[in-house]
Amino acid sequence: MTWSEMHPLLTQAGGETLRMVAWSAVISVAAGLPIGVLLVLTDRGGLLRCLPVNRILGVIVNVGRSLPFVILMIALMSFTRMIVGTTIGWQAAVVPLAVGAIPFFARLVETAVREVDHGLVEAVQAMGGSTSTVVRKVLLPESLASLIAGVTTTVIALIGYSAMAGVVGGGGLGDLALRYGYQRFETGFMWVIVAVLAVAVTLVQLAGDFAARAVARRGRSGAAPRLRLLRPAATS
Amino acid sequence: MDASVITTTDLRKVYRSRDREVTALDGVDLGVREGEVYGVVGRSGAGKSTLIRCVNLLERPTSGTVEVAGRDLTALAGRSDRAPAALRAARAGIGMVFQHFNLLSSRTVQDNVELPLEILGVSGRARARKAGELLDLVGLSDKARAYPAQLSGGQKQRVGIARALAGDPKVLLSDEATSALDPETTRSVLRLLRDLNRQLGLTVLLITHEMDVVKQVCDSAALMKGGRVVESGTVAELLATPGSELAGELFPVGGQASGPDRTVVDLTFHGDSATRPVISQLARTYNVDISILGAAMETYDGRQIGRMRIELPGRFEDNVVPIGYLREQGLDVAVVPDAPEAVPVTGPVSVTDPVAAPVPAPAPVSTVKETAK
Repeated sequence: MTWSEMHPLLTQAGGETLRMVAWSAVISVAAGLPIGVLLVLTDRGGLLRCLPVNRILGVIVNVGRSLPFVILMIALMSFTRMIVGTTIGWQAAVVPLAVGAIPFFARLVETAVREVDHGLVEAVQAMGGSTSTVVRKVLLPESLASLIAGVTTTVIALIGYSAMAGVVGGGGLGDLALRYGYQRFETGFMWVIVAVLAVAVTLVQLAGDFAARAVARRGRSGAAPRLRLLRPAATS
Repeated sequence: MDASVITTTDLRKVYRSRDREVTALDGVDLGVREGEVYGVVGRSGAGKSTLIRCVNLLERPTSGTVEVAGRDLTALAGRSDRAPAALRAARAGIGMVFQHFNLLSSRTVQDNVELPLEILGVSGRARARKAGELLDLVGLSDKARAYPAQLSGGQKQRVGIARALAGDPKVLLSDEATSALDPETTRSVLRLLRDLNRQLGLTVLLITHEMDVVKQVCDSAALMKGGRVVESGTVAELLATPGSELAGELFPVGGQASGPDRTVVDLTFHGDSATRPVISQLARTYNVDISILGAAMETYDGRQIGRMRIELPGRFEDNVVPIGYLREQGLDVAVVPDAPEAVPVTGPVSVTDPVAAPVPAPAPVSTVKETAK
């Protein structure tokens, strides 16, 4: 295959992957953030302590995280059809991607928010702050760097999942790699796609690291930040 | 007597875990008068931290009541775990500073001070002006744009104090505010608290494990042990109380206990007896040899207060007359009993001398309480 043959295919599939990942990332952040915060607030010692809610949320999140993505995709087909009207195409892939990533991101949010010093929460309570004040003024701003790192990890996981979504008709780069690289033995083209994915993942990681560092560095004079590629994102 | 601005009545806090109960507060009655600096001292685990956290109900007392500025906070809190709006409004009128400052690292100094005002719903302009004034008051106007991570410990605590004052509180609670600071910084932060107390008429309730803090800023103090207040009163009263444990810790005097051939006596001078040569008069009048084992003299609130431990030769029975003379001179006299193992109820000293409280030996709570009042 020549580059002129590959190029339109790549553009088309890359665009699909981008849209798939972007939409599912937006949805999973929007839904995962409140779930993660609730997991902390309803837990023992939390501001809205309510163990039944906490346990139920925890079980849902754990089940969501333990289901292999391929199974989730197939299991959710009727749900997807209900929402999008079809089970084929990138729009349809957004549904299982988001459903799979919500519990993943929720756990990352939970970990990040738990790290916030409880003394800060008490300080705001002592000022007369309500629970929502504590969430808005303390928990989220103080864990921002970790939350950004969590978004980075989630987006990268979604890029991986999106390639899998391609297998069951989701389109995108995964679909392309499968059809050309595997079924037509175009090994060269497959490696090009792999390279495109690797570059995409690297760029996301770099951008996420940069943002997380910029936030974490606030007020800390010290050594200039050094960027390392593909550093584990969970550490802030 | 001035009106109490903080009153706790029979405050109890019991922590329950699955298999045991820990009583952190065991019936604490505290009265902090308007405009005073009140220090609660005690070892770690004595319950002082629980006490101060019960005052603004960060910790829910198991029973008992807390009143601040005439409002019964325990009634405002209701039964639920969450703080209802009325309690939150009351908390906004109580400032609190913390041992570890608890400043938000994501906000500048200015924004940290503005935070309580945001919660109160003050507009942006007014917030900025108020925060500016407060930073001026604590001497940090030049750090408004800095982040907490760029400040020293003392500066952070000043920001903490400015933040605590943002809601114009009548009462400031200080939870070991100087315990994470070095001695020099501690002094300057205490000086600031003292100035604020005087300038703004702010009532300060502070807890600390450092006696120096009490010495430097407190008008009144209470000693906590095992969840109870075992001594309390104004510092001057406490110093004048024979056998007061707090006074002993504030102004320690050395020296050993009485023995078969010697009588050790603790004297507390205050008022004009502090300036009279009582000891040399005693020596001349009764022709006794007096050894001074230890002494401390302090000027407190413009009054001289001294404590001294002296030794008279012979047993207590032989020294009744000179000791009586000392009492006549207006001194508080406490005979230090024989070495602790000889103290028990039948000890000659504690029976014959009702005023004497066993200073070096841990006294039963009731005894100390009586003498402290």
